[in-house]
Amino acid sequence: QSSVASATEEARVCTLIPGDGIGPEISDSVMKIFDAAGAPISWEERNVTAMKGPGGKWMIPIEAQDSVNKNKVGLKGPLGTPIAAGHPSMNLMLRKTFDLYANVRPCVSLEGYKTPYDGVNLVTIRENTEGEYSGIEHAIVDGVVQSIKLITESASRKVAEFAFDYARKNGRETVTVVHKANIMRMTDGLFLRCCRETAEKNRDIKFNEMYLDTVCLNIVQDPSQFDVLVMPNLYGDILSDLCAGLIGGLGVTPSGNIGANGTALFESVHGTAPDIAGKDLANPTALLLSAIMMLRHLGKMNYAGRIEQACFDAIKEKKSRTKDLGGDATCSQFTNEVCRRVKDL
Amino acid sequence: SSRKFALYGGRHTVTMIPGDGIGPEVMQGVKQVFLCAGVPVDFEEVNVTSENFTSGVCEDAITSIMRNEVAIKGNVETNPDILDHDQKSANITLRTRLELFANVIKVKSVKGVKTRHDDIDIRIIRENTEGEYSNLEHESIPGVVESLKIITAEKSLRIARFAFNYAKRNGRKKVTAVHKANIMKMGDGLFLQCCRETAKDFPEIEFNDVIVDNATMQMVSNPWQFDVMVMPNLYGNIIGNICCGLVGGPGIVAGANIGSKYRVFETATRNTGKSIAGLNIANPSAIIFSSALMLKYIGLHKYASLINQALVDTLETDRIHTPDLGGNYHTSDVIDSVCRRVETQAMKVRYDQTPHKQPGW
Ligand SMILES: Nc1ncnc2c1ncn2[C@@H]1O[C@H](COP(=O)(O)OP(=O)(O)OP(=O)(O)O)[C@@H](O)[C@H]1O
Ligand SMILES: Nc1ncnc2c1ncn2[C@@H]1O[C@H](COP(=O)(O)OP(=O)(O)OP(=O)(O)O)[C@@H](O)[C@H]1O
Ligand SMILES: [Mg+2]
Ligand SMILES: [Mg+2]
Repeated sequence: QSSVASATEEARVCTLIPGDGIGPEISDSVMKIFDAAGAPISWEERNVTAMKGPGGKWMIPIEAQDSVNKNKVGLKGPLGTPIAAGHPSMNLMLRKTFDLYANVRPCVSLEGYKTPYDGVNLVTIRENTEGEYSGIEHAIVDGVVQSIKLITESASRKVAEFAFDYARKNGRETVTVVHKANIMRMTDGLFLRCCRETAEKNRDIKFNEMYLDTVCLNIVQDPSQFDVLVMPNLYGDILSDLCAGLIGGLGVTPSGNIGANGTALFESVHGTAPDIAGKDLANPTALLLSAIMMLRHLGKMNYAGRIEQACFDAIKEKKSRTKDLGGDATCSQFTNEVCRRVKDL
Repeated sequence: SSRKFALYGGRHTVTMIPGDGIGPEVMQGVKQVFLCAGVPVDFEEVNVTSENFTSGVCEDAITSIMRNEVAIKGNVETNPDILDHDQKSANITLRTRLELFANVIKVKSVKGVKTRHDDIDIRIIRENTEGEYSNLEHESIPGVVESLKIITAEKSLRIARFAFNYAKRNGRKKVTAVHKANIMKMGDGLFLQCCRETAKDFPEIEFNDVIVDNATMQMVSNPWQFDVMVMPNLYGNIIGNICCGLVGGPGIVAGANIGSKYRVFETATRNTGKSIAGLNIANPSAIIFSSALMLKYIGLHKYASLINQALVDTLETDRIHTPDLGGNYHTSDVIDSVCRRVETQAMKVRYDQTPHKQPGW
């Protein structure tokens, strides 16, 4: 069937980084499902393990770098960073290498998989390069440590512009900036100002400002009131996980990283789950939903919609769910179920 | 070793700062309830507001609290647009001047208040004076600004010890430290290390730690795993608000700011509620629960329980719910109901001389 599709639509080459632990299994699952759907994507598989480049600096293997730079779009499974490895986190290295300045996480309630929260349909957009994660810390005197939160106008503006652009392209109505400019008047104040100014230039999208604490308070009471949220690094890290919690956790939450020059890397945000790796128990949903985000990013809305529908329908069926969602299907059983459904759609 | 509070003619004096927004109207409820219950407390009112706080009124408040040692307070609005970037808000001024290093909030589900998670019973202990709230910011070059987060061993050890002591005193089993030490290796690393060290002195209390983003995810999926939680300033703001949201919102959760000498009792989320001020629809429950914590602290346990129970019955049995809880009742309806319930029991409490067994909060 995939040959039928490629006859009508040229396949787009995307980099695939399967990752560690359960990464290969869930990547396999995504490829099978895309195949069954006849999605016009051909994968260029690259492994990513940290290596030392000239001058002893840690880097991403050149073949992987070249592939992403050429294709501009990639899908990646979880990458482990052994504590003893001595190199910085791979995720951090990828972020730096491709200047992935915005992290996007859509959180949508899975129909059929019940959590205490219904009707969640929001997107968190997190500035991904600076803020509290600048990595600048020092001990002033013994027992007194200062960590620097760094906010720049250029990074703030970039992520703000991306947020409005994303909202428009994805048919969303409101962008809310999350901040604490009442306490951090200069840093968050700058971020807020950049968002306000960007909002002025994007009058077709509604704009809203909210304190971080208020968002926390309201989101657990009524998440359905939120649409697109944009914020500095730390707040984004925290709120994106909180929102994932609302819909059932990291096993069902997709994510995308948007970088300079139109580079985009989509990934599942859960870890490598070494405890279940190789046992055919992993839930591929998060990676599959990330791959679906990728299709939308490439404008292949039809395929995205079909695969998503098949995935949601499969989850609705309790017997085809994996263990983490309260079922007892294996990763392959779930995969086959999605494949079967996507062919019928 | 229990504290002796000043009594004048058998009565305590407590500072009251009504604050802005809904502060005055809910504080009116506290006064009314105390009157109905015959609580032997007189309030010394100081009206600190966002407009006047730079004019020396804040000093008056501090003097009053230093004299009385105990206060109950509504939130004073902070308007960042009229303050200089390094000018402290009224709330932060009070907290730092009085060295109220711990913010404790009592997050407890109230039966009758419909929520997604039942039977939550968590105490959140937040470092209240440093961290991200240090007010140290500067612009290095145009378009690049820095904010300093300060973590010190001294304050981290102090809050950690406070948390374990709190757990011990209140019969709690577990303390969980919340941090981001995987990223902020030195700052949050120091905080975590201080908690670990302190835990060694409390072998009877279980200790664990959780990374802040994971903590928020756990909080909405399995909040029952948490007992007492201790954390730096900003995370306390985040986790505290999430927790309050889980049990029904800012209208029903009580808190206190605690120092070695002074205590200021507040609502947990310290909201001003400007948008609903004056409409008689604010929920006075949080500040009434908070006033009961205050009564426990000064040793008036029986009055505290009387008021707590009257409020719980108002919410659970009488179902007098304000709009934030999905009801149609007014602020004054809640207050009246609590007063009615309190009045029928007040005499018993006044002449009940049996000593209390509960620890001071
Ligand atoms: N996709 C998944 N499907 C099923 N279970 C999962 C999945 N992802 C995570 N889990 C489960 O959730 C738990 C914690 O997740 P996670 O993988 O994020 O952390 P981890 O095991 O510490 O991995 P790492 O340290 O490499 O990030 C694991 O026990 C794992 O079994
Ligand atoms: N701050 C509060 N928030 C919610 N419920 C509370 C609060 N304080 C007390 N209650 C509830 O009020 C009722 C009676 O109050 P009492 O004075 O016995 O409370 P307490 O000793 O603080 O309660 P507990 O022993 O449960 O901590 C109890 O059902 C108690 O759970
Ligand atoms: Mg995270
Ligand atoms: Mg992990």
